[in-house]
Amino acid sequence: MILFADFLGKLSLDALPDDPITMGGAISMPIIGLAIVALLTYTKRWKWLWREWLTTVDPKKIGIMYLIVAGVMALRGFADVIMMRAQQALASGDSSGIISSDMFQQVFSAHGTIMIFFVAMGILFALVNMVVPLMIGARDVAFPFLNATSFWLFAAGMVLINLSLAVGEFSAAGWLAYPPLSELSHSPGVGVDYWLWSLQIAGAGTLLSGINFLVTILKMRAPGMTLMKMPMFVWSILVTMVMIIFAFPILTVTLGLLILDRTLGMHFFTAEAGGNAMMYVNLIWAWGHPEVYILVLPAFGVYSEIVATFSRKRLFGYASMVWALVSIAFLSFIVWLHHFFTMGAGANVNAFFGVMTMIIGVPTGVKIFNWLFTMFRGRIKFASPMIWFMGFIFLFTMGGMAGVMLAVPGIDYQVHNSLFLVAHFHTMIVSGVLFGFFAGIVYWWPKVFGYKLHEGLGKIAAGCWIVGFILAFAPLYILGLMGATRRLDHYDASLGWQPLFIVAGIGALIIAVGVFFQVLQITVSVLERKWKRDLTGDPWNGRTLEWTTASPAPFYNFAVIPQVTERDPFLG
Amino acid sequence: MSKKRKKPNLKIAIPLLLALGVIALAVWYLRGVHIPVMQPQGEVAQKERDLMVFTVLLGLLIVVPVFVMTIVIAWRYREGNQKARAKYTPDWDRHRLAEFTWWAIPFAIIAVLSVVTWTSTHSLDPWKPLNSSAKTMKIQVVSLDWKWLFLYPEQKIATVNFVQFPKNTPVDFEITSDSVMNSFWIPSLGSQIYSMPGMSTHVHLTADKNGDYRGSSANISGEGFAGMKFVARASSQADFDTWVQSVSKSSSILTEDSYARLARPSKNNPHAFYVLGAKNLYGTIVMKYMDHGHVQSEAEHDHAKPGTNEVPEESNMPYHDHMHMEMSQ
Repeated sequence: MILFADFLGKLSLDALPDDPITMGGAISMPIIGLAIVALLTYTKRWKWLWREWLTTVDPKKIGIMYLIVAGVMALRGFADVIMMRAQQALASGDSSGIISSDMFQQVFSAHGTIMIFFVAMGILFALVNMVVPLMIGARDVAFPFLNATSFWLFAAGMVLINLSLAVGEFSAAGWLAYPPLSELSHSPGVGVDYWLWSLQIAGAGTLLSGINFLVTILKMRAPGMTLMKMPMFVWSILVTMVMIIFAFPILTVTLGLLILDRTLGMHFFTAEAGGNAMMYVNLIWAWGHPEVYILVLPAFGVYSEIVATFSRKRLFGYASMVWALVSIAFLSFIVWLHHFFTMGAGANVNAFFGVMTMIIGVPTGVKIFNWLFTMFRGRIKFASPMIWFMGFIFLFTMGGMAGVMLAVPGIDYQVHNSLFLVAHFHTMIVSGVLFGFFAGIVYWWPKVFGYKLHEGLGKIAAGCWIVGFILAFAPLYILGLMGATRRLDHYDASLGWQPLFIVAGIGALIIAVGVFFQVLQITVSVLERKWKRDLTGDPWNGRTLEWTTASPAPFYNFAVIPQVTERDPFLG
Repeated sequence: MSKKRKKPNLKIAIPLLLALGVIALAVWYLRGVHIPVMQPQGEVAQKERDLMVFTVLLGLLIVVPVFVMTIVIAWRYREGNQKARAKYTPDWDRHRLAEFTWWAIPFAIIAVLSVVTWTSTHSLDPWKPLNSSAKTMKIQVVSLDWKWLFLYPEQKIATVNFVQFPKNTPVDFEITSDSVMNSFWIPSLGSQIYSMPGMSTHVHLTADKNGDYRGSSANISGEGFAGMKFVARASSQADFDTWVQSVSKSSSILTEDSYARLARPSKNNPHAFYVLGAKNLYGTIVMKYMDHGHVQSEAEHDHAKPGTNEVPEESNMPYHDHMHMEMSQ
């Protein structure tokens, strides 16, 4: 008994949740787990699961597993959204809302962490695994076992972050956990440790994937596919993988130093004993800013494929597009300081980083014009991926203008860390990254699963997302100008903020309807799959190699490795 | 053309009307509310608002054409367009002049904005004193868990969650933290800046009109973060002098001991007023983090829940001894 207690250390029954919402989550997880175990046993699928999925090194199957994990985590991250929107819509004046301050802070920390690391990164690697080998005419990735390792590191990070819901607590220090708040002196609980280790583990997986796909793209392209004949999605992934290789080691080191501070009593970032929290802020953003481009460049790649396919026209300005990607990647490493113009750096430093930041707007603008000119003199079919793209063009351009505003230090001093900032980066990440990934999932779904997703339901979902997004975030831009800072669990009634927060909440509910339609779309499509099979292998009249093979692609991808002679090798 | 079309396209008309209705409702609502960043009450906020308006107008030079082009192109080249006038050139994928244009125009706009950015970043540098005939007043600010402490070294008074100063007088806020990072922000007056332990930052602000302005922390600092708000009151010089007089008569005196009690974590603190008893309290607060031999004040003692980091009773023991004790436990 004593031995057992020693083994558990500080862990006791106190670590279990006591408020109803967390408890609901904590109890439902093992129940769902048990239900899955029961189902597997009943249908005698254990051996199948182990052989076909858990030990697979087939990138297409690994891609599907990434997609499942990211999908489940998206639902959790979205549950956080509903809680935050409900809290902020209600907690004004005398009302303290639905959850405590501490829990609210855990919720927004979890939301940011989950959405970036386990949803956006998850879908990114889902698409990369499912599509890139097919697109370059390869039969596999360069290091198949390493690829599986990457996925399981990602999954382990995901398990750890969900465990925090049931045992202990999660970090309440925001998604980037600035010290000294995240140091042991101010966050003595296990929450920040959960955050640190789940990101450390998942981040290692990402770095390994970066190396893997860089080598895959450089070494395993079909004969004849020179770099300037690669599809634009492959270009975007190539650039992204280089960025991952440069950026993720910074994350690993930064998290490592904070781990040393917290577990071995070191003082890299503490307030006292020579530690310097400003160093952490610099380091985390030296990774963090490239990270947002690591997310958005692949989405740009997806849009490039979709716009060309559905306009039935070549991608306009291919060379421009490549150079835009490369220059965005380069610039993204020299703009990190714009995340903290208000930390007190001198005017020359702030002005330099401000100017560098707004220069990124140039190649991004070029990409938008090139997409528009791909549509120009085309025959545009507004399939559901194009609906996501149209939403993207409008929202992303608006968000981009807000971004240029934030890049001017003199403006940033007034809106930094306000809801204006929150609205800006959600516009970029939701319309840029998420819409792009949704479009990509719909677009490549038939190649992976062998049947198309239901188009009508997909269009309704996209419509709900676009309308809901505008309603959810337009009020946040205004609230920021009204002086509302981010991460508030309560505010005074006299400020007149509540109606806007309520509108934002309604917007979130409309997005929830969109999410419901997406789930319905997948369910209906799965049920209808027998008579909706794609027998052509090319349901969209695509232009790239993945459409030359059958749907779903056989595990060897291509019976005969294709020969490539031009940019759009498959104009069927 | 419009004569031919008898029925308006409901698929477009209804959402359009709905959108217009929502926008009208929003405009009607926003007329009645106070938007501090857009309704500046001081020189700094005024310049920042103007900068914001300028940047938006410049940005619209790109945004409006993109919106118009998107709508026109998407409509004209849609697959179902019956009119044969819409050309289809599937292999047309480059045009040197066109591409040059959309590299050059955004670049030109950004070049203009860069010049404005460079000059405005220098003129709006929070550390730079403001030009004024009035003498700059110094107020020291300390962010604590979870309240703002204001020290008036010249007037020898101190306040919590309330700061008063004369209008049209530049105020040099000298800011530090005796806890985690926060950000000091009065939207009506302009620029925010981080408060950090062991460091001093500055922001120079001024108010043009009498009034109570809301200030708060813009950087997450722990459980009581939402309650870290304060009132910044700009008044006439005479009212300010009277106010200083009345605070000077306060029976509460802020000494190092009472400061240590004040610095303990507390939420939603009411306004409080003190006579500033301790000499150079601000300097002591900043320097305690710089002095590598002595760490962890009494206040932090209470904060750190003892886990592996249990600090022995004597808090003024040299730090390496601390470490030694922890390691040997």
